[in-house]
Amino acid sequence: MAPILELRKLVKHFPGQQAVREISLAIPRGSFFSLLGPSGCGKTTTLRLIAGFEQPTSGDILLEGEIVNQRKPYERNVSTVFQNYALFPHLTARGNVEFGLKRHRATDIDARVREVLELVGLTGKETRRPAQLSGGERQRVALARSLVLQPGVLLLDEPLAALDPKLRKQMRGELKAMQRRAGVTFLLVTHDQEEALSMSDHLAVMNEGRIEQVGSPEDVYLRPRSRFVAGFLGAVNWISGAGIRPEAVRLLPAGESTPDRRAPGVVTGSVFLGNCVQVQVRLHSGEDTVAQLPRGAALFQPGDAVQLAWSAADEMTFL
Amino acid sequence: MKLRTWFLLPAWLTMAVLFAAPFAIVLAYSFLTRGVYGGIELPWTAESYQRLFDPLYLAILWRSFAMALAATALCFLLAFPAALFIARAARHKNLYLQLVMLPFWTSFLVRTYAWIFLLRDTGLFNTALQALGIVHRPLPLLYNDGAVLLGLVYGYLPFMVLPIYATLERLDPALVEAAADLGARPLTTVLRIVVPLSRPGIVAGSVLVFIPCLGAYLTPDLLGGGRTVMVGNLVQNQFTTARDWPFGAAVSIALMALVTLVLVLFLRRQSEPLA
Repeated sequence: MAPILELRKLVKHFPGQQAVREISLAIPRGSFFSLLGPSGCGKTTTLRLIAGFEQPTSGDILLEGEIVNQRKPYERNVSTVFQNYALFPHLTARGNVEFGLKRHRATDIDARVREVLELVGLTGKETRRPAQLSGGERQRVALARSLVLQPGVLLLDEPLAALDPKLRKQMRGELKAMQRRAGVTFLLVTHDQEEALSMSDHLAVMNEGRIEQVGSPEDVYLRPRSRFVAGFLGAVNWISGAGIRPEAVRLLPAGESTPDRRAPGVVTGSVFLGNCVQVQVRLHSGEDTVAQLPRGAALFQPGDAVQLAWSAADEMTFL
Repeated sequence: MKLRTWFLLPAWLTMAVLFAAPFAIVLAYSFLTRGVYGGIELPWTAESYQRLFDPLYLAILWRSFAMALAATALCFLLAFPAALFIARAARHKNLYLQLVMLPFWTSFLVRTYAWIFLLRDTGLFNTALQALGIVHRPLPLLYNDGAVLLGLVYGYLPFMVLPIYATLERLDPALVEAAADLGARPLTTVLRIVVPLSRPGIVAGSVLVFIPCLGAYLTPDLLGGGRTVMVGNLVQNQFTTARDWPFGAAVSIALMALVTLVLVLFLRRQSEPLA
């Protein structure tokens, strides 16, 4: 099936800065796609180029197979959920949701507003102004306001960043469920790897204006193609050139034999995290490493001589 | 006495000597009887206030009100796009603001006289129009309502531009992007989002323009040529040629009451919850 959104050699320069160096991407219809990267990597600029708030320096943006570079934001069949939601403060929740429908001269406004407010779980809050809503409710209004237009692609710019941590985790599941129910393609921008891993069907890792890797969350986490991707998606122990995730290593007393690969070291400390224990080990070769162990695993004290063990299959190697 | 009281003392004294006392004098005069050669005499009377309801004076009050309203509306229509332009300018914002305030470097009186030289029969506009053959007789540009309105709009335009600019400057640009994103064309975005959200600035600007226009004296005097009498000129006439100080004082008090009323109405509207 043809991708709903395609970026072809997209480049954006700002004075004194190359925000997007050259990006090519195809976003499958109906998928939940994430652009993941550190701040300043060009992911928000990419989103703004797709929305039409910025003009590309070169390259093409194709929506439903059509080049839309020249189209104004109000002529593109995409909609944005802004990081701070950008709700209209003088309009009620209902007024915000209706705004786009009225601009598109929709005829069944009442029914569609009711339907979308139900989808996002805001029924009963229609007459509230943004200032009278909680952070989570404001985000739902922002989602409803865009979803009600049934855009080809919904663009979400760090939509969970403004929420408190507990709500953020809860909203991950809800966002994903809403995307499934609405059947709309979601393109989410985030710097939070957990967020990207937990929600996306596909994700693209960006760094310094380029895409480092595209793939499913499992792909990118387990088979990163660069040190940057490996390090950005989770903690990595670098042991003589190979990367091993902390949860893939075991700790054995010094001298015990094992068929796996191993490296000797000394425990320097440990952190109890509730569901697991992280033990810090300084290897004899000088590297500081972390082993993430189940809570019930044998405990080691600082100063204990140990060896880190891992299976060769868990090694991530890069050229 | 506390330090705070000492620091506030000059302000209190200034208000008492330069505002409260003169106001009390004007209020007292308005209830006294007219002297034969000007000035005031006993007994106390409310006769001056009764005369205010003479249709002639009501017409002048109404006329001033209408002129001030028209000037405020025109100022808004001119100032809003200008303020929007300055607020959204990527560069030279301060230069544009300086240009808006530039007229204040010259006396208001001199600038109003300058309009006479531009508008009179032998003035720049009429000379140019005739030299170009566009008109054969000078156009009556001066000494009419239009000239007064022009003078008022010209004089008070910056007071509308600056407060509107101040609110537009604080407007989150993401709101404008969000409106476009939801399908609003630029004009719709301005009318539905930008104007409603800059209401505090519009209200402040309107108050700053409307109130001085209502009491304007210099502009109608110079550009109206004595034919377009506004309430400010009426007050002046009573204290000079008409030598009716009590009535002049009564008109002043009535004007002040009207201004206060308008202010209260405006501010009440502004304090309505927005967000």
